Amino acid sequence: MKIFREIYEYRDLVKELVSKDLKLKYRRSFLGYVWSILNPLGIMLVMVIVFSNMFRWDIKYYPVYLIIGQTMFNYMNQATSHSMYSILDNASLLKKIYIPKYIFTFSKVTSDLMDFMFSMGAILLVMIVTRVPFSLHLFWVPVVAFELYLFVLGLGLFLAQASVFFRDIQYIYGVILTAWTYLTPIFYPESMLPEWLHFLVVRFNPMFFYVKQMRQCIIEQANPDPKLILAGFGCGALFILVGGLFFKRNQGKFILYI
Amino acid sequence: MVEYSKYNGQEYMIDIDDVTVRFNMASEIVDNLKEYFIKLVKHQLMFQEFLAVKDFSLKIKPGEAWGFVGTNGAGKSTMLKLISGILEPYKGKVTVNGTIAPLIELGAGFDMNLTARENIYLNGTLLGHSRKFMDEHFDEIVDFAELWDFLDVPIKNYSSGMQARIAFAIATMVRPDILIVDEVLAVGDFKFQEKCHQRMREMLDGGTTLLLVSHNIDDIKKLCDHAAWIDHGNLVAAGNAEDICNRYVSEV
Repeated sequence: MKIFREIYEYRDLVKELVSKDLKLKYRRSFLGYVWSILNPLGIMLVMVIVFSNMFRWDIKYYPVYLIIGQTMFNYMNQATSHSMYSILDNASLLKKIYIPKYIFTFSKVTSDLMDFMFSMGAILLVMIVTRVPFSLHLFWVPVVAFELYLFVLGLGLFLAQASVFFRDIQYIYGVILTAWTYLTPIFYPESMLPEWLHFLVVRFNPMFFYVKQMRQCIIEQANPDPKLILAGFGCGALFILVGGLFFKRNQGKFILYI
Repeated sequence: MVEYSKYNGQEYMIDIDDVTVRFNMASEIVDNLKEYFIKLVKHQLMFQEFLAVKDFSLKIKPGEAWGFVGTNGAGKSTMLKLISGILEPYKGKVTVNGTIAPLIELGAGFDMNLTARENIYLNGTLLGHSRKFMDEHFDEIVDFAELWDFLDVPIKNYSSGMQARIAFAIATMVRPDILIVDEVLAVGDFKFQEKCHQRMREMLDGGTTLLLVSHNIDDIKKLCDHAAWIDHGNLVAAGNAEDICNRYVSEV
């Protein structure tokens, strides 16, 4: 409870930090925020061209299938990588003034969430172009996004504290992310995985829970599988708990290492 | 342990009670896994400790102005960090009864790519002010810093003196119970230093407690009524500013 009060107390700081990130990201670029939509669109277009000529998967609304997986994974990738540096980058500040340290991680994950929301515009565009029917099931979209946000925040907190003590994490995590990209059915159908891998991915890859749910409500116009909703929230809660506990336990020692 | 509470008539503003601060020696910091495992295997993980402040006690009453003197690395800044809650004591207890405005080191609270206008808001919210409050006091800050013409220039183009002006203006915008100034004013020009001293004196008259670290002994004599001489983490002497400063100058 104390933590919610503290976040509320520092809400203006969080707002400033988030708007700073967004402002600086596109400062001096000609198209500015439009890039948040154009960028995923461009990447999707390249991937659609590449994969629909190389493989012949039978996936309904393939461009939408692809862009959902790609933007969600990209959000996770960006937000966790940024969180990892959130404490180290603000070292000079944390040495001079008392601020709850998780504020920096929290605002990074949140500013990337804003970016993710802009990218949703790209998904919408592709839906219109490929004539995916709109249905009431789209109300699930923010729910799934929230599940993902919880998961990313938890993982981000864990990485932020770990990288203070072990800078190696930054390099190891890069490798993990690459493996993770290929182990998440972003551009291929999950049925393509060999049986043993399919078993692991479907049960233990959190990104699969989130991407699959999003596809169910957008492409299949259905409610997400209740099991996946449960897994998604459960996983988010678990990561918040573990990441938060690690962060809380170690934050007093940060100052000696940054 | 560090305890904070609102000021309502306590005898001491700041009570530092038998405090020790322990650091891990910087050269021995293990921040990668390879070293961690090697040290773990060799049983060298026990770190080499360095006590930046040793069994230190100091009581500061409301309205007093304390100057801290000592050579570089004596532990003056460590003391201030202890009081503002950045460092936790290893042993002992710090009690602070009141709000603190730390005048943070130059540029620490600024993002070099943002403009001065944006930085004023960022820095103000870092100090715990609300956006609305900053809106109300924006003009006052700019007036004090005398930087009307350069508000929309990225702050990386500012000189250190100009940055110090903004930092000081933001930190002293409200009258805090405790103002901490850690040798940031040295970069300002003569006229601005005068202006800062003037503002600090006004705050002192209003009842603010001032903690000042400076290598300029004259500043301390001018502004402070008390002084503490710190050497190698120990309190050598504390008392009347004039006496302590004279002793410090003659003995170091």
